[in-house]
Amino acid sequence: MGRCIEVDLCGFFIANSLLVVIWYLQKGGVCMYDVAIIGAGVIGAFIARELSRYELKIALIDKDNDVSNGASKANSAIIHAGYDAKPGTNMAKFNSLGNPMFDKICQELDVEIDRIGSFVIGFDDADMETIEGLYKRGIENSIEGLEIIDGDKVREMEPNLNDTIKGALYAPTCGILSPWELTIALAENAADNGVEILLNNEVEDIKKRDLAYKIITNKREIDSKYVINCAGVYADKINNMVSNESFEITPRKGQYFVLDKSVGDFVDTVIFQCPLNVGKGVIIVPTIHGNLLVGPDAEDIEEKDNTATSAEGLEYIKEVARRSAATVPVNKVITTYSGLRAEVSTGDFVIGEARDAKGFINVAGIKSPGLSSSPAIAEYVVDIMKDIRGELIEKDKFNPRRRRVLRFDKLSDEEKTDLIKKDPRFGRIICRCESVTEGEIVDIINRNAGATTVDGVKRRARPGTGRCQGGFCGPRVAEILARELNKDIAEIVKDNEGSYILTGKTSKGE
Amino acid sequence: MDYDIVIIGGGPAGLAAAVEAKKSRVDNILIIERDRELGGILQQCIHNGFGLHEFKEELTGPEYAERFIDQVKELQIEYKLDTMVLNISEDKIISAVNSEDGLINIKAKSIILSMGCRERTRGAINIPGTRPSGIFTAGTAQRYINMEGYMVGKKIFILGSGDIGLIMARRLTLEGAQVMGVAELLPYSGGLTRNITQCLHDYNIPLLLSHTIIRIDGRDRIQGIELSEVDENRRPIPGTEKYYECDTLLLSVGLIPENELSKSANLKLDNITGGPIVNESMETSREGIFACGNVVHVHDLVDYVSEEGRRAGKNAAKYVLEGFSNSERTIQTKSGKGIRYIVPQQIRLENLDNSITLFMRSDDVYSDLIINVKLGQEVIKRIKKRTLTPGEMERVNIDINLLKGTARETLVVEIEKEGQ
Amino acid sequence: METICIVCPIGCRLTITKDTTSPDGYLVSGNQCKRGERYGILEMTNPTRVITSTVKINKAHLKRLPVKTNGAIPKDMNFKCMELINSLEIEAPIKVGQVIIKNILDTGIDLVASRSMD
Repeated sequence: MGRCIEVDLCGFFIANSLLVVIWYLQKGGVCMYDVAIIGAGVIGAFIARELSRYELKIALIDKDNDVSNGASKANSAIIHAGYDAKPGTNMAKFNSLGNPMFDKICQELDVEIDRIGSFVIGFDDADMETIEGLYKRGIENSIEGLEIIDGDKVREMEPNLNDTIKGALYAPTCGILSPWELTIALAENAADNGVEILLNNEVEDIKKRDLAYKIITNKREIDSKYVINCAGVYADKINNMVSNESFEITPRKGQYFVLDKSVGDFVDTVIFQCPLNVGKGVIIVPTIHGNLLVGPDAEDIEEKDNTATSAEGLEYIKEVARRSAATVPVNKVITTYSGLRAEVSTGDFVIGEARDAKGFINVAGIKSPGLSSSPAIAEYVVDIMKDIRGELIEKDKFNPRRRRVLRFDKLSDEEKTDLIKKDPRFGRIICRCESVTEGEIVDIINRNAGATTVDGVKRRARPGTGRCQGGFCGPRVAEILARELNKDIAEIVKDNEGSYILTGKTSKGE
Repeated sequence: MDYDIVIIGGGPAGLAAAVEAKKSRVDNILIIERDRELGGILQQCIHNGFGLHEFKEELTGPEYAERFIDQVKELQIEYKLDTMVLNISEDKIISAVNSEDGLINIKAKSIILSMGCRERTRGAINIPGTRPSGIFTAGTAQRYINMEGYMVGKKIFILGSGDIGLIMARRLTLEGAQVMGVAELLPYSGGLTRNITQCLHDYNIPLLLSHTIIRIDGRDRIQGIELSEVDENRRPIPGTEKYYECDTLLLSVGLIPENELSKSANLKLDNITGGPIVNESMETSREGIFACGNVVHVHDLVDYVSEEGRRAGKNAAKYVLEGFSNSERTIQTKSGKGIRYIVPQQIRLENLDNSITLFMRSDDVYSDLIINVKLGQEVIKRIKKRTLTPGEMERVNIDINLLKGTARETLVVEIEKEGQ
Repeated sequence: METICIVCPIGCRLTITKDTTSPDGYLVSGNQCKRGERYGILEMTNPTRVITSTVKINKAHLKRLPVKTNGAIPKDMNFKCMELINSLEIEAPIKVGQVIIKNILDTGIDLVASRSMD
C-alpha cells in the first residue's frame, strides 16, 4: 500500500477496512472448505480420495512435511485376512469388508499387492485350542479359505520354520503391500481430483462456529463445514478440542528389523505366532519389495512422538522370532524402525459423527487391522457424509486411476530401451542397490503429492532402502531434488523441516 | 558389442588392469565406469599419502588417479562413463545401461571385476534410537565436502577409527567444525598409525578406544549420542554411559566389497573377505573372469591395489591370447591361527613366474611374533615381526622353489608368538 | 618426546631426546630412514604439515578443485592457510601441479593444483 490516502473520515474507514481485509488475507483465513481431513495417513488419504469423487472442496491437512509420515509408514504392511478381530466389532466388520477391496484399488492406483497367505503357528495343545478359536472366529467374520493344518504340512510349505510347531491356521487371503506407497498413491489421486494437501500444518485448536469449524494451525486458519479426524495417535487431542465425549489414545510402540533382500525368501508366507497377551506376537513377513520384516514388539509409551528404537526391544524381537524359526537371519539387518499404534480406550475403532459436535466425524483408534480395513472405512465415512449432508453430487470428471508409476527395474529389455530413447534420464542409474533411474526420481518429484525431501524420494522411488542405505545415492538424490525444486542443495531436508542435511558451503563469503 | 577384455570399474584397480592388459598386447579393451569420470574413490581422497611405493612420491588421491588416467588416454583404451552394469551372466555377457546407448549387452572374452567396496551403515550395525538427519558414512560426507563443496555439520562425533574416519576428523576440523571425539569399538585403532598423529593428536581430538554408541538422539536432526565403554566381549558396560551433544555423526565402521555382480555371475565367494575366491592370476572360480582391488579384499594402500590390478590385467591378456594350461598342481591357502584371511585362496604352480606374494590380515594385534608359512606339516618360511595389526595388510613373498618338491596341497600361514 | 613419524605409511615410533652434542640439539631414534630423522627434529623445533583442501573452480565440469601445499608449512599456520584457500575462486582449465598461490603466507611453499581440470 504505497499510495497516499486522503485523511478524511470516509477515507479513514476505507483504509481501515482494507487493512482488516489484508490482515485477514495474510492470515490465510478466508478459504472455506466443505471438508477438512486432519491427518494424511492411509485413513485420511483414503477418505480424501473417496470424497474427491464428489463436488466438494476438500483439504487434507497434516502436521508433517509429507503424507504418510506417521504409523502409515511404520507398520507390518499386512492386509489381514480378518479372522483375528472379535465378531461384532468395527474391527471385524471393516477388516472382512476391506480385505477383498484391495485388488481393485491397487489396480486403479498402480500399487503392488501380493496375496501370499498367512500362518498363525501354534506350539502346543493350548495354542492349537486358540487356533481353533481363531478359526471359528474367522468363520463368523465370513473369512474365506481358512484351514487348520498340521506341523508337518506347515514345514512342507515353509521348511525354515521350527520342528516345535504343532500346527497352524492358514489364511490364503492375507496379503502384503507397501503401506506408504498406498497412502502416497491415494494422496496423489486425491490431489489429481482436486483435493488440496496442506502440509506442515499442525492443528492447535478447533473452534465451533455457526456455519463451520475454524481449524487453527501453527501456520494458518482453515474454515470448513465438516471436519474428519484421522489424526492417528493424536486423534484424542483433536477430538477433545470440540467434543466432550472424550476417548484416550495411548501410543503403543512396535519395533521392526528390515532384513536384506538376499534373505527375502526365508519365508514365502506371513508367519504369525499364536496371540500372546499383547498384540499379535512377533511376525516374520516378506515385504512386497523382497526384503524380510521381523517384529513388532509392543510397548505402551507416554510421548506421542517417540519412535526411537531400543536395544532391549530389538533383543526381545530376536528372541521371540526365533520361536517361529531358530535360524531367522537377523544378522542380515539393513535397518530398523518403529511405529506407534493408536490404542484407543474404547478398544475398537471409533468411527462416527461426534454427538455433541455436528459435522465433526471421528475416525480414531485405527490400529491393526487399520490398514486392512481402510477401503471399507473410507466407504463407510462417505456414507456418513451422505447421511449428514443429505446427498453428495458426483463429479463427471473423477479419475480413479493414478498415472502409471514407472519401475525401470521391472521393465523388459525392449521397454527399457524405448524408455531411454524417449527420455535419456532413464539411462542414468542413481540408486545402485535397487536399480532406480534419474527418470523415475524426476517423475515422482513432479507428481501431485510428489516428493520434496530425500525420504520422500525414498518412499516413492526406493533410493535409500537398499543395503547401502543411501550412502551412494544420497548426494545424487539431494542434487536432483535441488534442481527440480529450484533450491540450493543445502536447503534440501531429509524428512521434516528441521532435518537439514548440509550446513552450508565450505568456501566462506558465499 | 564385442570386446576381448571388459573391465568393470574405472578406479585404481581397473585402471591399472586396463593399462597392463593393453601393454600385454590386447587391443580390444573397454572400461565401464558408473561415475561421471574415471578414478573411482581416489577423486574424493584429496589428502596425500598415495604412491610412495608405486611412484616413490607422496601424492594425493586425484594426482595418483591422473597418472593412470593419463596412461589410459595415451594408450587409447576405450571407456564408458555414467554407465551402470546391471548384470553379468555366467557366459560373460554384460548388461549395462547409460543415457546415450540405452540398454546394452556386451560380449566379453574376459572380464575383470574391479567394483571396489561400499561402506557399512548404521542400520547394519544396528545402533538403536531415532532416525534423524545428520548421520553420514564417512565416505559420503567426504563426497559432499570434497566434490560438492558443502559442509555436513558443526559439532561432529565420529564412530570408527579406520583411516576414513581419521582423515575426515582432520578434514572437518580444518573446515571449521568441532570434532568432539572418535570412538572405536576395539581396543586398538583400525587405521594407519600415522593418521592417529596427524589427524587426531594434531588437533587434540580424543580417541576413545573400547567404546561404542548405544543410542542416537534427536528428532529431525541428530542432537546427541550416548557413548558406552565396552568389555573384552565388546558388550556395553552398564554405568559407563556418557552423553555427547552433537549435530552430526560420521560412521567409519568398515568397508564391504561390492559383489552383487559377482553373485549374478555365480562366482564362488570367500565369506571372510566378502570377495570372490581368486587364484595366483587373480582369476575367479569362473574361467576368464578376473578380479582385483577392493572388490576382492579391502586394501589399505592404493599402491598394492595397482599391483593387484596389473596382475589381473596381465593374466586376463594371457587368458585371451594363449589361455592357461591345465593345472597339474593347485595349492589351497588356508589361514591358520592368528590370521584372518589370505589372498589368493588358490595357487596354480604352473602359472607362477618365480614367486608368489600372499596378502593377509591378522585377526588381532600381535607383537614380537613369528609368521610361519607351512606346506603340509613342513615350515617353509619363518618371518620375525615386531608388530602385526588387523588394520595393516601384510605381504609375504614365497619363492616358487619352496613350493616345489612335495606333493602337499595346503599352504597354511599362522602366527607364533616368540618364545612359544 | 615419543611420537609417530608421519612421513610415510610405515609410521615408525620415534623417540626424540634433547642432546646438546648433536648439531640440531636433538637425538632421534626409532626411525628407519633419514626422512624420519629430519621429521623428528622438525617436530621439536618447527613442526610443519602439508595442507590439502579444495578451492572453488568455475567453468569446469566439476565445482571443486583439489589443491595441496607442495611442501609442509608451519603447523600453527594451518587454519590461516585454510581461510585463504576458502576465499579463492579460480577458473578452468587447470593443469595438475599448476601453482595457484605462489609462496603461500610467505612460507616459501606454493599452493598447487592436485589434478587437471578442463
